[in-house]
Amino acid sequence: MTDATTEMAPYAFVRKETLEQQAAPLSVAGPLAWVRNNLFSGPLNTLLTLLCVYIVATSLPELIRFYFIDAVWTGANRDACLADKVGRPVGACWAYVADRLQYFIYGSYPISERWRVNIVFAMFALGVVWMLWTQAPKKKLGFFYFFVLMPISAYVLLLGGAGAERLVRNGMVLSLALAAIYVVLSFVPQLVGFYLGSANLAVVQEASPLKRFSGPKQLILFALVVFGALGVLASSIGLPRVDTGLWGGMTVTFLIAAVGIVFSLPFGILLALGRRSKLPIIQLISVIFIEFVRGVPLITVLFMANTMLPLFVPQEYSPDRLLRPLIGVAMFAAAYMAEVIRGGLQAMPKGQYEGAMSLGLGYWSMMRLIILPQALRIVIPGIVNTFIGLFKDTTLVTIVGIFDFLRTIEATLVDPTWATPTTRATGYAFAAVFYFLCCWGMSRYSISVEKRLAAGQKR
Amino acid sequence: MLKFISAALLVAASVFGSANAQAPRTLDQVKSRGALNCGANPGLIGFGAPDAQGNWAGLDVEYCRAIAAAIFGDASKVKFIPLSANDRFKALLAGEVDVLIRNSTWTISNDTPPGLLFVGVNYYDGQAIMVRRKLGATSVMQLSGASICAQRGTTTELNLADYFRVNKLKYKLVSFDTGAETIKAYDAGRCDAFTTDASSLYAERLKLSAPDDHMVLLEIISKEPLGPLTRDNDSQWFKLVRWVHFAMLNAEELGVTKANVDQMLKSENPEIRRLLGIDGAFGEGLGLTKDWAYRIIKQVGNYGESFERTVGNRSVLKMMRGQNALWTNGGLQYAPPIR
Repeated sequence: MTDATTEMAPYAFVRKETLEQQAAPLSVAGPLAWVRNNLFSGPLNTLLTLLCVYIVATSLPELIRFYFIDAVWTGANRDACLADKVGRPVGACWAYVADRLQYFIYGSYPISERWRVNIVFAMFALGVVWMLWTQAPKKKLGFFYFFVLMPISAYVLLLGGAGAERLVRNGMVLSLALAAIYVVLSFVPQLVGFYLGSANLAVVQEASPLKRFSGPKQLILFALVVFGALGVLASSIGLPRVDTGLWGGMTVTFLIAAVGIVFSLPFGILLALGRRSKLPIIQLISVIFIEFVRGVPLITVLFMANTMLPLFVPQEYSPDRLLRPLIGVAMFAAAYMAEVIRGGLQAMPKGQYEGAMSLGLGYWSMMRLIILPQALRIVIPGIVNTFIGLFKDTTLVTIVGIFDFLRTIEATLVDPTWATPTTRATGYAFAAVFYFLCCWGMSRYSISVEKRLAAGQKR
Repeated sequence: MLKFISAALLVAASVFGSANAQAPRTLDQVKSRGALNCGANPGLIGFGAPDAQGNWAGLDVEYCRAIAAAIFGDASKVKFIPLSANDRFKALLAGEVDVLIRNSTWTISNDTPPGLLFVGVNYYDGQAIMVRRKLGATSVMQLSGASICAQRGTTTELNLADYFRVNKLKYKLVSFDTGAETIKAYDAGRCDAFTTDASSLYAERLKLSAPDDHMVLLEIISKEPLGPLTRDNDSQWFKLVRWVHFAMLNAEELGVTKANVDQMLKSENPEIRRLLGIDGAFGEGLGLTKDWAYRIIKQVGNYGESFERTVGNRSVLKMMRGQNALWTNGGLQYAPPIR
């Protein structure tokens, strides 16, 4: 039906012009409707809304007053945060956090050497941004940096001493040797061309080892730069050994979490594959490891590592007190990660495996190209869940005498310099903010990854 | 369950620990390692706790430094290993630490497990009671019928019960699970008095909203002698640790301080000359050098100096010497002579 026929319709009861557009009724659109639909859609929801409003209204002003309005922001000692000294009600004592911030970050790490920790923090931040920012260039280089160069540099910088310097020297020699081999290989086509005549040059260049080595060029150069920089630092300023007993604060918290996260993912994948393997010995080993580790609490593992291990190992060979919980945490996270990933593997339809095999892919290619990318995507929430759990579990190392971030706060709470009625609440509030920001950041990032990867499957 | 595990561990530790009885002597191990491993309290102000810069400070910590000074001539060669109350003895038995100086109370039940040896008492502690000034009480005897805040499940509760029963006083116990809750309840006025060990009572007082309104009563209602421990398989090491304490006490008794120790080298007093190793070579019997005591005093100071710096008048705690004064001043600290 066209406009023309409508125009000519002889019936009087047919409207000839369209109605004025009207706003949607208030009960369907607009803020009022939103409130009604989301907050007061039924008696139960109305009740819950009122309850929440009541809780927020009674607690929020009090919290804001305590943590912001009445808070003390500057001061040198407890006098600044005592109500009868400052003559007004005193809330949170942020001056205490400001005063002890250095200790919360570095623990007992010697003051003159703290720049080393700062470099490690900067390197860590660079690595994290490189790995997590989707548009970052040269991802493969970033991968190499994050999993090889950064851990070595962190070890060298944080620990220092003769062993670290030897490591830098060896790293430099190794990357120099690789660079030399690379340079030699890059001359092969020219030499061959010289002897065989340039007619064959194209063929030779095609078959040149350089073609296969073009990837590592950047890696070798990068390694050379990093080791060179470390070598310069070690020889000019010097990197005296800082015993792990002196490490503490956020440094240790990040260290334990990073080691746990970096180790647990690859080992978890291997364990998950092992558990689903058809080879009986590999399967048995994986099952025993996973079930054993999952069957004991982390506290027990840490406790055993710190009290039993020294009984069986001669004192000179007993591992470092910080290394023990690091290994414990990594093992622990790997076992849990394995089960998460196994869930993803089991969710894959059989057709995917058969399809991959019918393409002629071997086991590792099939896993790498077809199965794991899909399986891992399915279990991203589970993986991040494990990471967050791991991050919070790092506080358990307190019981084996390691001063992690939370322990440094507790250590300052006994100090009379800042002993006031509100110090405890302030310290724990600071810890809560720190842990919340870290965990919330991880969770937000995982949500964005999930959304990006699941774009094709959005329902 | 945790109790069972920890009991089993202690047994295992003593079995395996004694299997190591033929291990090299502790002093040789310490020397070859180049540092003393000292078991410390993870955080008890005045005794062992990291300060604002993260350096360890406290009376127990200075004892460790004194041992290092005697061995190496360098008080900084100590590695502090913070230990919880639960695994302190296991760590010592397992050889994780060479000496445990972690305000451990010398009681028969702490002394009798195999493998452990109490060296002495470097701090005589005891339970005390704090009250509000406006209560007007000056003695525990006036506290009949008072409500008293204490931490649940500790010996504090038991000592309180014992003392009040013996003195036929009535009281109402108000107990809480953690020390923090307890002091908070006292501050809020839930009870008339607050009790814990005298050494931490002064630190706890500072957490109150108006510390000056409260006072610590003079009576000490229990005995808590705190001291270091070593393993019982190395008597030479045991004696070394013990004589470091005695040297510091003798130095105080003879008036030798960190500041005047170099002038004292010229002293004519035979006792001082023996202490500082000018006459005789008493340190060699301990496996040390002649000037072992000089090194301790030069780097750490005598017992009195150490006390004032960490818990006494020059510290935030401002505790009185009390029982920890030298025997010459009516206290209990007494050292055998160096002769």
